[in-house]
Amino acid sequence: MRLVVDLTRCQGYAQCAFLAPGAFVMQGEGEALLYEPEPDDEQRERVLRAAAACPVQAIVLDRGPVRNGDRPAVPAPRRDGITQDEFLRTGRIVIVGASLAGARAAGALRYEGFRGSLTVIGDESHDPYDRPPLSKQVQEGWVAPGHTGLPRRRAIDADWRLGVAATGLDLAAKQVRLADGTSVDFDRLLIATGVRARPWPVPAEAALDGVFVLRTREDAEGLQRMLAGRPDRVLVIGAGFTGSEVASVCRAIDVPVTVAEAGPAPLVAALGGTIGAIAAEIQRDAGVDLRCGVQVTALEGENGRLRRARLSDGSTLDVEVAVAALGGVRNVEWLEGSGLACGRWGVACDAGCRAFDANGLVTDDVFVAGDVARAPQPLFGYQLLALEHWGNAVSQAEVAAHNMLSDQAHRWPHLDVPIFWSTQFGNEIKSVGVPGVADEVVITQGSVPDRRFVAAYGRRGRLVGAVTVNHATWLDFYRRQIERAAPFPPPWRTVDQPAEAHPVPADFPTHPIPTQDATVVLTGHDPADRRATLLSP
Amino acid sequence: MAVTAPPSVFAQILDYANRADPYPLYAELRRTPVVRQSDGSYVVSGYAEIVELLHDPRISSEQHGDAAGGLGTGAGLPPAFLQLDPPEHDRLRRIVTRHYGPPHTPDRVDAMIPDLRRTVSGLVDGLAGSPEVDLVDQVAYPFPVTAICDLLGVPRQDEPRFHPWSEALIAALDPGTGDPAERQRRRVSAMKEMGQYFAGLIGTRRHAPGPDLLSALATDQGPDGHLSDPQLLTTAFLLLNAGHETTVNLIANGMLTLLRHPDVLERLRRESELAIHLVEELLRYEPPVQFLPNRTALDDIEIADTTIPSGSRVTLVLAAGSRDPAHVRDPDRFDPDRFDPDRFGLARDTDQHLGFGGGVHYCFGAPLARLETQIALTELTRRLVNPRLVVDPPPYRTNPVLRGPRHLPVAIDGVLPADG
Repeated sequence: MRLVVDLTRCQGYAQCAFLAPGAFVMQGEGEALLYEPEPDDEQRERVLRAAAACPVQAIVLDRGPVRNGDRPAVPAPRRDGITQDEFLRTGRIVIVGASLAGARAAGALRYEGFRGSLTVIGDESHDPYDRPPLSKQVQEGWVAPGHTGLPRRRAIDADWRLGVAATGLDLAAKQVRLADGTSVDFDRLLIATGVRARPWPVPAEAALDGVFVLRTREDAEGLQRMLAGRPDRVLVIGAGFTGSEVASVCRAIDVPVTVAEAGPAPLVAALGGTIGAIAAEIQRDAGVDLRCGVQVTALEGENGRLRRARLSDGSTLDVEVAVAALGGVRNVEWLEGSGLACGRWGVACDAGCRAFDANGLVTDDVFVAGDVARAPQPLFGYQLLALEHWGNAVSQAEVAAHNMLSDQAHRWPHLDVPIFWSTQFGNEIKSVGVPGVADEVVITQGSVPDRRFVAAYGRRGRLVGAVTVNHATWLDFYRRQIERAAPFPPPWRTVDQPAEAHPVPADFPTHPIPTQDATVVLTGHDPADRRATLLSP
Repeated sequence: MAVTAPPSVFAQILDYANRADPYPLYAELRRTPVVRQSDGSYVVSGYAEIVELLHDPRISSEQHGDAAGGLGTGAGLPPAFLQLDPPEHDRLRRIVTRHYGPPHTPDRVDAMIPDLRRTVSGLVDGLAGSPEVDLVDQVAYPFPVTAICDLLGVPRQDEPRFHPWSEALIAALDPGTGDPAERQRRRVSAMKEMGQYFAGLIGTRRHAPGPDLLSALATDQGPDGHLSDPQLLTTAFLLLNAGHETTVNLIANGMLTLLRHPDVLERLRRESELAIHLVEELLRYEPPVQFLPNRTALDDIEIADTTIPSGSRVTLVLAAGSRDPAHVRDPDRFDPDRFDPDRFGLARDTDQHLGFGGGVHYCFGAPLARLETQIALTELTRRLVNPRLVVDPPPYRTNPVLRGPRHLPVAIDGVLPADG
C-alpha cells in the first residue's frame, strides 16, 4: 500500500493522526504532519479510515492488489471537447520525466480516456517516487529512503522506460532520442524533466565523502546513513526550504547543526526578511547555530573525507557532513538545439502548457508541466514564472494532460494561484500567491510569539500573497482574496486580529521576479470555468 | 441582490411536519444559495458558499447581541470552545486535545477500538429473542453514551442521570419548537444540576486521577495553561452532550438508510471495509448535524452576489450544501462508491462533504464518531437476521439541527452470535 499526502490541500485537521497513529504523526506543538508513504499491510484498515476521514481529501492511496470488494474505479465524467477521433484510440504520447508531474500526467491521460500508446521516459531507474519526505521523515530515520513510492491507480498502462535519460528532441521528425541510442516517435509530447540539485560549485570539494546535495533517493540514502551515525556536527549551506528542513531534522535527532546562509535570514527569498527573521528565531530556539550573511568559502578534506569548512567571516568549522542546499538547476540541456524556447529559467509555455518555440510561437503538440515549465502568471503581470512547487506539478500535469486530448475550444488555462508548504521545527509553513513581489507585509491573524499566525503581503495597495505558520485552515480565505484583487492592507474586521497591525516593509533583498501592474481577477472553481479577467484601470 | 421569500423555505425546514424529509426543501433553498430572512439573518445553503464562510475569519461563532441560548452559557458559566473565536477557542481546544489526540496523545481514540467493539457486541446480544427491536433505544443511543462516559471517566451507573440534562441542553439549541423562555429555564436548571455533579466528580479525580480525560484535564499543566474549573465544567458538558446527541443520529440514520438500500446492506455484510466509505457517504447524505446556527458576520461579506452586512446572524445549512448538485453528481443518490481514494488532484474536491463542518470548529469528536458508526453498522448488518423497517419514515426527534429518528423499530428473524 502506498500513499501520499497532498500537503497543498492539508489544513492540519489531524484526523489521519487520530485514526492511523502508526502511519501519520503530528510533530511538535504546531501543525507539522509526517507520514509513512508505504505503510505495511497491518495498518491497511487504519490507513483506509484515515484517508476517508480527511476533511479536505488530501490523502491519495493506492490500495495495492485488487481485493475482493474493490469496485471498479469511478470513470471520469464526460468532458465536452475531449477529441473522440482516431487520436484517442491510436495516438502516440511520450512523456519525458517520470517524477511527480510525469507520473501524474500519465495517470490523468488514462483517466481522461486516452487509449493509445503511452511511453514514459525517466532518467532515474526507480518507479515514480515522492521527494518531499526525503528531507523530513526519511532523514529522521523513520521511513526508508526507498519507501516513498508515489501511489498509482493500480498500474498505469504505459511503456515505462526508466533509467534511460532523454538526450535530444527532433521536433521536425517528432522523435525523442534516448541515452541508449534508441529513439521514440510521438504525436504529442509532454516535457516534465523537472530540476536537479545545484551542486557545490567546486567539483573537487563536492566529491569529498560527507558532502551532499538532496534531491534524489540516492542522495537521501547517503545523507541518512551519515546522520544515523550521529556526526559531531552537520553544516547546512543555504537556509532555503531544503536547508532549513535538514537543519530541523538534525535538531529532531539531536545532532548539532550549523546553518550558513549568505542572505540576511532563512527563507528570505520566499518570505522576505521580516518574516524570515521569525524563521531565524525558530531555528535558534531549536538549537541551530544559524549564521546569516555568511558564505562557505571552502570545504576541506583529509583522505577524501570532509573534515572542515572555511567561512567568509574567517572562522573554520570542524564538520563531517555538509549539505549544499543551493536550489535547483532545470533539466533543459537535452533540449538544446530543439528549437524550443528554453533556457536556465525553464521551458516557456502558454497558460495551457503548450511550449513556445524559439520564435515565441506556440506549438501544437509539445506540452510542458512541473518544475521545468515556465508559464505566464496572469495575476502577476503575465510574467513567465517557473514554480518548483509540488501542487503546481500536480495541477499543471492534469491541465496539460487534459489539453493534450482536447480541441482548441475546450482547453483549460492553468490559473492556479501558487501554493507551497514546508514542514520544519514542528511547524507547518504555507504560502499562497507570490509574496516575492510584495513591498509590504502585515500580521493579520494570530500571534507571532505563539508561532501561529497569518502574514499578508501587499504590493502597491493590492494583496499579492499570504503566509501562514500553523494556521493553514485560513489559507484558502487569503487565496480567494488574492484572486479577487483585494486591497492591501486588508481592511477587514476578523477574529483574532492583533491589536497593532501596521504594514512594515516585507524586505525582500531584491525582487527576484520583475513585475508589472496589470490587474487581473480570477473567477470560477472547476478547471473548465477558470478565467482571468483584466480589470479596467 | 438578496431575495426574501415569504413564507420562508427555511421556516418550513424548521417545521416538524417536514422533519422526515427536508431534502426537497433544501433543494428549494439552494436556488438562492445565500438568502436573507425576514428577521435579518442569512441562510447559506450552497456548498461553495458554506465552505467559503467556514473558512472566513470575518465569521464569528461567539454570541453577539441577543442571540443567547447556546450550549455552554448560562448558570454563570463561560461558553465552551464551540462558541468562542480564536485565539481563546484555539487555546482551549488545544488544552483538551493535548489529552485526547495528536500530537501528545495520538493513541487515545485508536486504543478505544476493542472496548467499542465489545460494547456494540453486547448491545447486539441484547437484541436476541425479540421479533421487534428499537435500534435507537437499544443500540444507537446507549453505545455512544457508554463511549463518551468511558472517555471522560464518568461512572457508567451514573449514565441515566444524564439523559434528561442532555435533552434539556439540546432543546435549547432547537430554534423551531416550544416556548423559548421555558426552554432557557430548563436548560439553566439542567446545567446547574450537571455542574454540581461534575464539580463532585472533578474533585474526586483531582485527588485520585485515573487514565480518563477528565482526570487529565483536572490535573493538566501544559504550555497553554489549564482549564479553570468553570471552563472544565462547560467543556465536560459539551463533550458529554455531543457524545449523547449526535452520534446517535449518525448510527440511526445509517441503519435507516441501509434498510432503505438493501443492496448496500447486503454488500456491507460481506465487505466490512465498505463501512469506511459508507460512513463518509452517510455524513454527506444524512448528516447528524443539519445546520450551524448562530454565526455572526463581523464585517460586510460579499458572497454569491449578495452582501451579508456586518452584524448579521448567519446559518450554514451543511445538509443542503453536501447535496448541492454543483458540488457532487447525482446528490440525492446514496452511493458509498462515490469516494475514490485513488484519485489525485483536481478531482478530489467532489469527495469532500460537510458532515462534520469545517474550519477551526471542525467536529472535535469526529474520529470517535466515525469509528463508532463504522463499528456499529458493521456489527448490526452482520448479525441481524433479515432486518426490516416496521414503519417508514420512523418517528423523528423534534430537533431540526440534530436531526434523527426518535425510535427505529425494526423487525428481525433473529440475531447471529458474535464472531469469535
